[in-house]
Amino acid sequence: MITSVMERTNTLIEQTETGKVVSEMVHHKEGTSKINVRDLNLFYGDKQALYGVSLDIHEKQVTALIGPSGCGKSTFLRTLNRMNDLIDGVKITGDIIIDQENIYNTNDVIKLRTKVGMVFQKPNLFPMSIYDNVAYGPRGQGVRNKRELDKIVEESLRGAAIWDEVKDRLKTSALGLSGGQQQRVCIARAIAMKPDVILMDEPTSALDPISTLKVEELITNMKKDYTIVIVTHNMQQAARISDRTAFFLNGEVVEYDNTDEIFSTPQDQRTEDYVTGRFG
Amino acid sequence: MSIPTTNDQSVKMDKANKRKYLLEKVSSKVFLICALLSVLTLLLIIGFVFYKGAHPFVAGGYSFTDFLLGTDWVPSEDKFGILPMIVASIYATIGALIIGVPIGLFTAIFLAEIASKRAAKIISPAIQLLAGIPSVLYGVFGLAIIVPFLQNTLGLVKGQSLIAVILVLAIMMLPTIVTVAETAIRAVPKTYREGSLALGVSQIGTIFRVVVPAAKSGILTAIVLGLGRAIGETMAVILVAGNSLILPTSLTDSIRPLTTNIALEMGYAAGTHQEMLFATGIVLFSFILILNFVLAKISAKGGN
Repeated sequence: MITSVMERTNTLIEQTETGKVVSEMVHHKEGTSKINVRDLNLFYGDKQALYGVSLDIHEKQVTALIGPSGCGKSTFLRTLNRMNDLIDGVKITGDIIIDQENIYNTNDVIKLRTKVGMVFQKPNLFPMSIYDNVAYGPRGQGVRNKRELDKIVEESLRGAAIWDEVKDRLKTSALGLSGGQQQRVCIARAIAMKPDVILMDEPTSALDPISTLKVEELITNMKKDYTIVIVTHNMQQAARISDRTAFFLNGEVVEYDNTDEIFSTPQDQRTEDYVTGRFG
Repeated sequence: MSIPTTNDQSVKMDKANKRKYLLEKVSSKVFLICALLSVLTLLLIIGFVFYKGAHPFVAGGYSFTDFLLGTDWVPSEDKFGILPMIVASIYATIGALIIGVPIGLFTAIFLAEIASKRAAKIISPAIQLLAGIPSVLYGVFGLAIIVPFLQNTLGLVKGQSLIAVILVLAIMMLPTIVTVAETAIRAVPKTYREGSLALGVSQIGTIFRVVVPAAKSGILTAIVLGLGRAIGETMAVILVAGNSLILPTSLTDSIRPLTTNIALEMGYAAGTHQEMLFATGIVLFSFILILNFVLAKISAKGGN
């Protein structure tokens, strides 16, 4: 009798706990919005690449941008740290507000980019040592103290789950690492700036499956500290690691919702066609 | 029945192709001969210069050390010391590098990284044209503009001087340095720049911390090529050097580098005097060889 009651109580507790966890997760998925994009249009010369994009990116979540090649997802990602400024003839209208500040109203791109880090499609470590790569950003911010740099480098490499693999060869060329290791050092390099937001532009597309898995695990772990926006053409990846997913098509956001919804019950026929692999 | 027909056809085809194959063979030989011609010329020049230049030391009993370290060059008194000329050549080249390298490098950086496409389209051809100007015109320019300018501003008796040579050589090495360094800088992957800019580093910071270091071997090549141009330059230097046979001790001294020594005296020299001029050529040639060796080292390193 007693045992069965206890069992029932336990089950109840478990249920409530699960319920609580679920509700917390749901609550977490609502999140607070970190980046607000309103009616963003982007033109390469005369050619329009983004049409009226509006979406809110939530703090400490992974937001995936999916869609077929040329749909504007990378272009959109690059508006968030103004990397499109580098291209001649780019014109942008609309607002991107990060922490209540319109990033296109300021000329301080440097400040923006220290707050919004980026990891690129192909690992792009500089031809210098692992240490110097990770210390590159902080040094640019004027950090000269050796001990402080050492600390930042170690923390960043640990944060990118690569410390144990490289701690004995920090002073050797970063280009001697494998592609997967290089990409994680790239992530460490971004973390070293202590950004709020990290943008990732198809960070695993140049990696083998095992390295991809490691980077995905890393991204999942990182979202407790960072707001992550990731472009991916791998829908399984989006489903595995993201909380929210935006589906881009021809420069427009077709649908933006919790990742579960996008993949299980998409509202738009085009989204359904894409996620079920009917085109793309 | 059909089989012999096919064979006939293939035989005909072979005949038609035979001529093509012959042409192939002949043309590859023609190309080979052309290629060998330049190598042969090089060997002939080296052989001739060394044969003539080595003669006084091998057969004439002259000391090569005295030749290199002697400070007097008086052919009529059988004195052949070229130390002042070696020193003059080295000073002039180093001086030209000190002025030419920063200007050339900054120009290359400007063209490759900063200038708008339109500005680069105007400046780049201008610099390439600079390379095409005959060197004697540089000399004339130096003689007409730089030399009087130095004379007036520094109050010199004679404007032809080490500093005049340095200025002219610095201008002359610019096209080489700019063109080669610009190519090297442009070859740096765009992803490096993006990576640096995305880390909140400014454009100039990116250039000096990532782009220039990544283009290091190309830039060094540019400098060595510019150096080669400076050390071998003759015509322009003759006009502005002053050609005095003294060991230069100041920027305003009149100098005679190795090249001008040969050019000035070869016309009338004979016998041992002429052979000593060839020996001067050997020294000059050795400098160039060393430079080429350094260049090869740099390229090999850049390859890694």
